[in-house]
Amino acid sequence: MARFAVSPARQRKDRIARGAVLTGTVIALIPLVLIVYYLLRKGLGAWSGSFFTTDPTGNTFFGGSNIGGIKSAILGTIEIVALASAIAVPTGIGVAVWLVEYGKNSWFAQAVRFFVDVLTGVPSIVFGLFVYIVLVVGTGSTYAGYKGSIALSLLMLPVVIRSAEVILLLVPAALRESALALGAPRWRVIFNIVLPTALPGMITGVLLAVARAAGETAPLLFTAAATLKTNFNLGGFMNSLPVQIYKDVTSPTTAVVNRAWGAALTLVVMILLLNLIARLIARRSRLA
Amino acid sequence: MTPDGRTPELTDMDPESSSELERQRQDRSNEATPGPHRIAGTATISPPATIGTDPQAKPALSVKLDQLRAFYGNSEQVKGIDLEFRANEVTAIIGPSGCGKSTMVRCINRMHEEIPGARAEGRVLLEDFDVYDPSVDVVAVRRAVGMVFQKPNPFPTMSIFDNVAAGLRLSAKRGGDMRAKVEAALRSAGLWDEVADRLDAPGAGLSGGQQQRLCIARSLAVDPEVILMDEPCSALDPIATLKIEELIDQLKQRVTIVIVTHNMQQAARVADRTAFMLGGELIEIGPTQEIFTKPNDSRTEEYVTGKFG
Repeated sequence: MARFAVSPARQRKDRIARGAVLTGTVIALIPLVLIVYYLLRKGLGAWSGSFFTTDPTGNTFFGGSNIGGIKSAILGTIEIVALASAIAVPTGIGVAVWLVEYGKNSWFAQAVRFFVDVLTGVPSIVFGLFVYIVLVVGTGSTYAGYKGSIALSLLMLPVVIRSAEVILLLVPAALRESALALGAPRWRVIFNIVLPTALPGMITGVLLAVARAAGETAPLLFTAAATLKTNFNLGGFMNSLPVQIYKDVTSPTTAVVNRAWGAALTLVVMILLLNLIARLIARRSRLA
Repeated sequence: MTPDGRTPELTDMDPESSSELERQRQDRSNEATPGPHRIAGTATISPPATIGTDPQAKPALSVKLDQLRAFYGNSEQVKGIDLEFRANEVTAIIGPSGCGKSTMVRCINRMHEEIPGARAEGRVLLEDFDVYDPSVDVVAVRRAVGMVFQKPNPFPTMSIFDNVAAGLRLSAKRGGDMRAKVEAALRSAGLWDEVADRLDAPGAGLSGGQQQRLCIARSLAVDPEVILMDEPCSALDPIATLKIEELIDQLKQRVTIVIVTHNMQQAARVADRTAFMLGGELIEIGPTQEIFTKPNDSRTEEYVTGKFG
């Protein structure tokens, strides 16, 4: 039996390796846990009924009683991100379908992939600057919610394209072949077989992009700007949660800083809810 | 392709040259195709006696390969094959792995070109209609020439019913009684009795053999005239294999069948004629009995007696 026993040296190596991996995991968890802890401790304190139902008043000099809530920021974020998704998700999935089903390894497809990768690495403020120069300064007009949406959609696009491409590549070639062999035109194969099969995976990628966009401040600062009032017109100035947090957290008034924490918690909870809803939809739409 | 995107008539041929052939074929298919009155109400036992319930069923087509060459990049895998698959016959293709059997068969419905870098030369004639003619709509060819793959591959997001209906829906052959068509296809594939009470269950939930018969039903639903089978039983157990073989025997009354197989007993059981391929070339083709008992070529004999391959 001794022949097959684990030697002490192997046992030691095993313990060291396990210890190292566990230590790394714990170190990575510490900031995550702390973020959630502070978000809940400071953010829950700021939450109240009126926190969600009133606009910020802009009056921050006379104590915390009448600073207002974050209604305009919540609605602004929803509107801006919804429009950004409406632009980026169909476009991005379209590009991914083209890359996988038609472009394949052609030089043009390779060039598209290269530029998409470059775009993924572009800092978000650069998208904001680009939209600022083209749509704000360039048109001689001013800030607007939809300009913020465009900046965010540029940010989302590469994430959507790359994640959708990876998922589409996972759809077995045999499925495409059997559909084509039935005499189905290629566009029908894509719409009726490939996309439904890839749907659950693509939703995950889209959500990552939405979550990233919803938390961005820089592209919105000089495109959608900030405002106090709730605004349903994407052509006007529009408030958003990240911009509100950015402005509040630099305030000298404690109550306003606390409002930033409340807004941050709200943003995290909104993204969490979006995740849950999308996952439920994905599960229901899948038969197998 | 016609401007409105519809398919040219594959069966629309010069009446003079093919009339004799046409008539023979018609006779044969009439024999083989009992009218609906003989079928009505027949509860099916597997394998079912419901082949060709449609009195307007198209006659099977013969397939002729004329100097067919197939390439992957610069590598020639099929090296100029001349071969005829006769209408309403089962032709088996045997040969060692990598000899170009599957590649050759995939050229018939132009699936070969779906692989990046793959191309084919020469002619493939459905009766006297060249599927490689520049004017041909590949979609129309694939509706006439169905295919069953090595691994059963029902569409994973679809129910049993939708899998069979998929061929009709995807190829825009809507209209008519979809349920009746699905039932007819499932009966023809000998699967109806096993799934009639759970048509809404996912197709991927069936057993391997049932999945493969589902795939056969799916290709039958679009009413093809030729069916290509690329090792259809290699992933199945002997019982499921037997069912598919019985099915092939039934189906040849209605379609021309080309079956690639590594299993020589299978070729002997199902095929009217057998072709032996080696290194991308056709070595010989003949009645199955002859290929297995007194082949003309010594290489065929060595292969069928298990000396190589």
